Amino acid sequence: MKRARILVNGELTNVTVNDNNDAVLADGTVIAQADADWQPPCDGKIFVLAINYADHAAELSFKAPDEPLVFLKGPNALLGHNKNTYRPDNVAYMHYECELVAVIGKTAKNVSRADAMDYIGGYTVGNDYAIRDYLENYYRPNLRVKSRDTCTPVGPYIVDAADVPDPHNLTLRTYINGELKQEGSTKDLVFNIPYLVEYLSNIMTLEPGDMIFTGTPEGLADVQPGDEIVTEVEGVGRLVNHMISESQYLESLQG
Amino acid sequence: MRHCRILKDGVVTEVAIANNESLAADSQYLAATTGTVYGIALNDKALYAKLEPSFNDKPHVSPPTRPVLHIKTANTHIGHGAAIPAPADGTTLYAGPAIGIVIGKQATRVSEAEALEFVGGYTVVNEVSLAETSFYRPAVKAKCRDGFCPIGPWVVDAADVATPEALTIKTFINGELSHTTSTDQLRAGVAELVSYLSSFMTLKAGDLIIAGTPERTDALALKAGDTVAIEIDSLGRLENPVVNESELG
Repeated sequence: MKRARILVNGELTNVTVNDNNDAVLADGTVIAQADADWQPPCDGKIFVLAINYADHAAELSFKAPDEPLVFLKGPNALLGHNKNTYRPDNVAYMHYECELVAVIGKTAKNVSRADAMDYIGGYTVGNDYAIRDYLENYYRPNLRVKSRDTCTPVGPYIVDAADVPDPHNLTLRTYINGELKQEGSTKDLVFNIPYLVEYLSNIMTLEPGDMIFTGTPEGLADVQPGDEIVTEVEGVGRLVNHMISESQYLESLQG
Repeated sequence: MRHCRILKDGVVTEVAIANNESLAADSQYLAATTGTVYGIALNDKALYAKLEPSFNDKPHVSPPTRPVLHIKTANTHIGHGAAIPAPADGTTLYAGPAIGIVIGKQATRVSEAEALEFVGGYTVVNEVSLAETSFYRPAVKAKCRDGFCPIGPWVVDAADVATPEALTIKTFINGELSHTTSTDQLRAGVAELVSYLSSFMTLKAGDLIIAGTPERTDALALKAGDTVAIEIDSLGRLENPVVNESELG
């Protein structure tokens, strides 16, 4: 089963998603994928793993950390499928990060690695944009880089965990304007999903809807206004995002 | 007015009372705010001055150019009177006496000049943390444990707080005055923080900015069995017991 949330007459509405990736309302009404107003598929804490693929660590000239490097985002950062993200004016390098997102399905505290997968409700796709110009070495990666309004597309929907038999063997791909730019596999995660659930649930209580963005493999590239960015996780989903300029974004706020 | 959130007969209830009133002693307070909670690190003048010589060294390389932000996740938010869980292994935790700035209406890219119009009120926050050993990486392990952010007892309307940047903050441990600071020790003030955060993050009504915490010295160290109270002039007194997490349900 695939579940999503769309706006229907301004109301946040739970839907299922059919094999064509169209939204299906509770009464059976089908809303075509292109016509649906896709919202982030859940609400919850937003955890993101930095340098959690060995190849990406090398790309950034980091050694992979010896414990998970986790940062947080605010809910303002999240954005649904098929929407616009803005690139700030006068920055040199803004890049996408295609990520598998594990969504917590039930309350988890002090969960062992052996039991951890029972606490995953499903999976979705995330695009954890970063603006490297704004990096500072204080609580790095700092919120200005990673928690900006609209800078984290997520969705389009959550696939039930039962329908993703091996989340640790999924291909991730990012396309800019149809051109393949990034490719990797979740088999190369430094800290896998059970490790992360154990680690986080030993610190704090996890709740249904909490999201763990598991990190991105190598293959980063700059994005520019006008680009269509597609982040895709095999067997999970294909998340589309459009880049606009900051001035276009500010105009959209006026509207 | 003081705006409280309490649990009454199993139902979350919002209660407004006058500034000289209190609720019945057995009231069960919830965290006074419900939105996203942002903390500001290194925003205390003395703490900043102490660490400043190290800011040109690795891993920082250069001083921060902007306020240093973190997030206190929803699992950390608790009300006045609720237990702060201490790590079962006895690791020391530290109180974080602070004023909380409560957003009153949605703020996107507001200037410093207009920022105070978006502040709905103020509250007392205890931004509890394990030792702050590093400001280099996000402090999720130190700052996001369950119950590590008491907020309240209530929110006081901004109109009733004449001098939010000149309020004494006292920390009492087991009833003894242990630490005193003031909101005049903040590097970035209320308007600057609201304006800066809103420059890239839309703030919503009910969101909270913890304006800054002093150095976590022994005067703020807590252990299971202690009771900690943070008291701010004209805002209130936020008191919480510290309980070994193994004794909590």
